[in-house]
Amino acid sequence: MAYKIVASQCTGCSACEPECPNEAIFEKSGIFYIKPEKCTECIGFFDEAQCVAVCPVDDTCVIDNSYPRYSA
Amino acid sequence: MSSPTTVQMHNPEHSGIVRLEDMLQQMAEHKGCGTSSEGGKASCGSSAGPADMSPETWEKVKNHPCYSEEAHHHYARMHVAVAPACNIQCNYCNRKYDCANESRPGVVSEKLTPEQAAKKVIAVASTIPQMTVLGIAGPGDPLANPEKTFKTFELISKTAPDIKLCLSTNGLTLPDHVDTIESFNVDHVTITINMVDPDVGAKIYPWIYFNNKRYKGREAAQILSERQLQGLEMLTSRGILTKINSVMIPGINDEHLLEVNRAVKSRGAFLHNIMPLISAPEHGTVFGLNGQRGPTAQELKALQDNCEEGQMNMMRHCRQCRADAVGLLGEDRSAEFTTESVMAMDVQYDLESRQAYQAVVEQERQAKADAKKAEMATLEGAESDIKILVAVATKGSGRVNEHFGHATEFQIYEASTSGAKFVGHRRVDLYCQGGYGEDEALENSVIKAINDCTAVFVAKIGGCPKAELEAAGIDAVDKYAFEYIDQSVIAYFREYLEKVRDGSVVYGKRGDAQIRQGAFVAA
Ligand code: SF4
Ligand code: SF4
Ligand code: SF4
Repeated sequence: MAYKIVASQCTGCSACEPECPNEAIFEKSGIFYIKPEKCTECIGFFDEAQCVAVCPVDDTCVIDNSYPRYSA
Repeated sequence: MSSPTTVQMHNPEHSGIVRLEDMLQQMAEHKGCGTSSEGGKASCGSSAGPADMSPETWEKVKNHPCYSEEAHHHYARMHVAVAPACNIQCNYCNRKYDCANESRPGVVSEKLTPEQAAKKVIAVASTIPQMTVLGIAGPGDPLANPEKTFKTFELISKTAPDIKLCLSTNGLTLPDHVDTIESFNVDHVTITINMVDPDVGAKIYPWIYFNNKRYKGREAAQILSERQLQGLEMLTSRGILTKINSVMIPGINDEHLLEVNRAVKSRGAFLHNIMPLISAPEHGTVFGLNGQRGPTAQELKALQDNCEEGQMNMMRHCRQCRADAVGLLGEDRSAEFTTESVMAMDVQYDLESRQAYQAVVEQERQAKADAKKAEMATLEGAESDIKILVAVATKGSGRVNEHFGHATEFQIYEASTSGAKFVGHRRVDLYCQGGYGEDEALENSVIKAINDCTAVFVAKIGGCPKAELEAAGIDAVDKYAFEYIDQSVIAYFREYLEKVRDGSVVYGKRGDAQIRQGAFVAA
């Protein structure tokens, strides 16, 4: 699994981008998105997914179940 | 910035924090001392500075529209929105529609890159010579976006070295950035502190993001408060001027703000700005949605007066500006400077003509202070407990120079035997409020906003609104058109006192007034 950003909710505030330990977060015309192949769900880095913890809009950074579980 | 005399004024044991007005007065009275030299800045030798303030500190304050009520008539500030990220959540903010704190709802600030921001600053400063201050205040927290914020400062300090830099923050990461702030010569920092008690804080902040963790409730508020106070102490101990903003939330922190006032004063804060909560439901903030009301004009003034008794300078002229506001306080010229137009401009920074302009402003300020002093002399010996409020329509320069019908805000002065004191401003909606016709809306909105005033001074007013104001018990006065405000307020008060004595007017308490919900500043 990886995290994804619900584009319709994202305010483009950029708070998540610098927090991601894997530089998995990018911007395209004001909306941020996560490259799933780079996201490790923050496992091995932090107790919480950093994008979730800092995002001011609830339920905007969410688990993408269509992606296989991350394994280190 | 770190001179020992500057530090001295922040020493908490130094009880007599000077009042800005007195300092301005002293400077203005101090004639023959190069008011037109040195780029129009009234700078004298060390002995000539106001009693409790080093010349360096005075230099910083005197032309600063956000610090000095008097200076804000003449000097302009601008904000650039380079910092959209935030690391805490406030219940009065809804960032889904941009930070409710800085922008009118639905109006999204233009987010700029540091390079765009720097260019915009130069463009604006070349067009508006009064522009002396650049602030970064969001729309999120500038210190949650430290790279963008400091990059902008760096670019500007290279191209426009005369512009003062300032920064507003919620304080959470402040202690980590004090060194950088100092190294960029940042002129002043504003910290938004709404509480020093975590139980109060838990009602204001649902969460913070700190050390890679989301903290909630009381714990979050406790961390935030500790970091804010620590940051404040670090700044003031290095002689960096620090102002505190607080949002007054009735029933949550209104009484507590006196304690906040004491806490920040004892840590060397230079000015305290208590702002009314803005919480219209349509802004979609937590407070807006759960019906939390904002204070009335009288509640706000009472709290500000109470804090002032504790000898803290209170800021009363806050306009709760947008994060991308441009121009004099109370005026927003941001529409003239869109990214597109600025990027297309070929700008040259002309330091000399800016300084020449500012020299003229200094002369004007001095004339104004002289006129006020002369008028005060006519009140000499008068004794009375009477205090009245006067609303003034003005476009700046400290004069009564706006038509009633064009005023989007009124400045409120309190007149008493001790003179004329600025106590705040009231913005008014001109059109289309609540489905009234335009004329009706005008009267409704204006009267509600200044209902606690005895008179309104205007440059000009039509017969109709004048009659309506009079029906509401507000004297509409146009005889001071284009005169200095302070002088006119004192003159009016003297005549008012005479009329009370001869019985032609009866002095009585006026009603309360409504604070218009709208844009909001800082954090
Ligand atoms: S979960 Fe962690 S690794 Fe994945 S995008 Fe969010 S911050 Fe980056
Ligand atoms: S923190 Fe949330 S709202 Fe802000 S850019 Fe990231 S996903 Fe979008
Ligand atoms: S600190 Fe400012 S941007 Fe952040 S939530 Fe509070 S008001 Fe909004």
